[in-house]
Amino acid sequence: MGLLESFSTQLTQCFGSTSPPVFVFLQQIINGLVLGSLIGLIALGYTMVYGIIQLINFAHGEVFMVGAYGGLATFTYLLPTFAAREWYIALPLVLLGGALISVLVAVAMERFAYRPLRNAPRLAPLITALGVSVALQEAVRVFYPNATAALPFPNIFVPGSLSFSVGGGDIAIKYSGILLLVVSLVLAIALQIFVDGSRMGRAMRATAQDRDVARLMGINPDRVIVLTFVIGGALAGIGGVLYGGYLNNINIDMGFQTGIFAFTAAVLGGIGSIRGAVIGGLLIGLVKSLGGQCLPGGTAYDYVWIFVVLIVVLVFRPQGFFGETERVRA
Amino acid sequence: MTPFLEVRDLTVAYGAIQAVRGVSFTVEQGQIVSLIGSNGAGKTTTLRTISGLLRPVSGEILLDGTPIHRRPAHEILGLGVAHSPEGRRLFARMTVEENLRLGAYTRRDEAGIVADLDRVYDLFPVLGERRRNKAGLFSGGEQQMLAIGRALMSRPKLLMLDEPSMGLSPIMTQKIFDTVRGLRADGTTVLLVEQNALAALALSDRAYVIDLGRTTLTGTGGELLADPRVQEAYLGEGVSS
Repeated sequence: MGLLESFSTQLTQCFGSTSPPVFVFLQQIINGLVLGSLIGLIALGYTMVYGIIQLINFAHGEVFMVGAYGGLATFTYLLPTFAAREWYIALPLVLLGGALISVLVAVAMERFAYRPLRNAPRLAPLITALGVSVALQEAVRVFYPNATAALPFPNIFVPGSLSFSVGGGDIAIKYSGILLLVVSLVLAIALQIFVDGSRMGRAMRATAQDRDVARLMGINPDRVIVLTFVIGGALAGIGGVLYGGYLNNINIDMGFQTGIFAFTAAVLGGIGSIRGAVIGGLLIGLVKSLGGQCLPGGTAYDYVWIFVVLIVVLVFRPQGFFGETERVRA
Repeated sequence: MTPFLEVRDLTVAYGAIQAVRGVSFTVEQGQIVSLIGSNGAGKTTTLRTISGLLRPVSGEILLDGTPIHRRPAHEILGLGVAHSPEGRRLFARMTVEENLRLGAYTRRDEAGIVADLDRVYDLFPVLGERRRNKAGLFSGGEQQMLAIGRALMSRPKLLMLDEPSMGLSPIMTQKIFDTVRGLRADGTTVLLVEQNALAALALSDRAYVIDLGRTTLTGTGGELLADPRVQEAYLGEGVSS
């Protein structure tokens, strides 16, 4: 099948007039928004750390992965069986376990890997981040029981899906997907309010804009940086657990894949910007699901469309949607 | 009596380059003290070392007799030393009010902070009118007012101002220096670094000339204004009476 022919076949699947499958289109939008909200949640960690210390923390995807395993471990080894059956008991505890593990890992990587390199040339912490990423993946592979293969992840929320008929067919959204979408957006909004309105949030923005002057204001940059890793880690850990509950399946590569998408989302939205990370994440989720459905090559090419969008956006808006243009010094 | 601030034989280096190599001076409570000297003499480096942004190679900085030169910058503000840096360095993407609130970051007395915000707005009404505007959009003079206001928000015992007249019109410079004079009247001690030696000396209780990283001359503002060496090097001919 030629490329052109394949293209038209795929387009027909979404936009064809003979059998208008509007519901397929809507289903993919829903799938895209769920995936995109997760990507946005992870992207917050990239964008905040970059904003404060100008480091692309390539190990952040691994913080997400470790959170999923932390949640699984909490469920498997710590939760009494009666608690595991009731989602309103299991969910908060598993979220807490996952977030805690992710925060610990994030804080430890800042303290032992990045802080000693604070004044080193920027390439050094970047390479270190890649090293931390590999180390974390291998650590989980070696030390978590049976982690060499994908592991099943339990249902920690209301099982089943919400389904309804629309556009000539049935579309469905898992309850765990609704949870992922809602929790991600609520957390992002809460973070934006915290950064805009609180005293610590103001200290974070000050440190991001001019670390030396922030010190002159009595702000301890080390504390702000640790706080940034704590917040990013907690969001990633929660993301990892919710993602596990949504797909019922986790593996040690999930952090790398989602991390690439999330990093791209942060750049697309304008690195340093909270709303940019969320919008970038949603856009990437939509491009991935709709591109996989409607564009030639199907899901095999979804990465291609994501990076095509990235390139096109960066050509016209190098700072991303909400990124700061070059700072003007008076 | 112990001087309020005493800098003893300070040496500061950036890598192999010694920017300051033997600066000594004292500041008494309630005074305006100026450090004057040409560009690159080491004045800014001296202030940055006092506020803890730089570590001295040798020498001592004593505040009320207590050494502070090994303390980190964020603790030195808490000791009562505020530093308004060269080039103003406002948080350009934040509003006037956010900049001022950052100046009061270490304080927890909300009522006192609000009162001091009003005090700054009284001192510089233009800031009050534009308190919700982003600082980066302001003119040089307005930015300088905000930088001074921000430094005042910590209620410092010692206010260090680095080149407050830089880039300002003569009228605006006069206004800023009038403000500094007013702060002294309110009991704030001021350490001023200036290239505009004439204006600085006219205002100062005491001044030090820094040349090539060393304090070379000292006297009251009036004495240095009258000193022929100062006139020739920093004031230009025919400026003094």
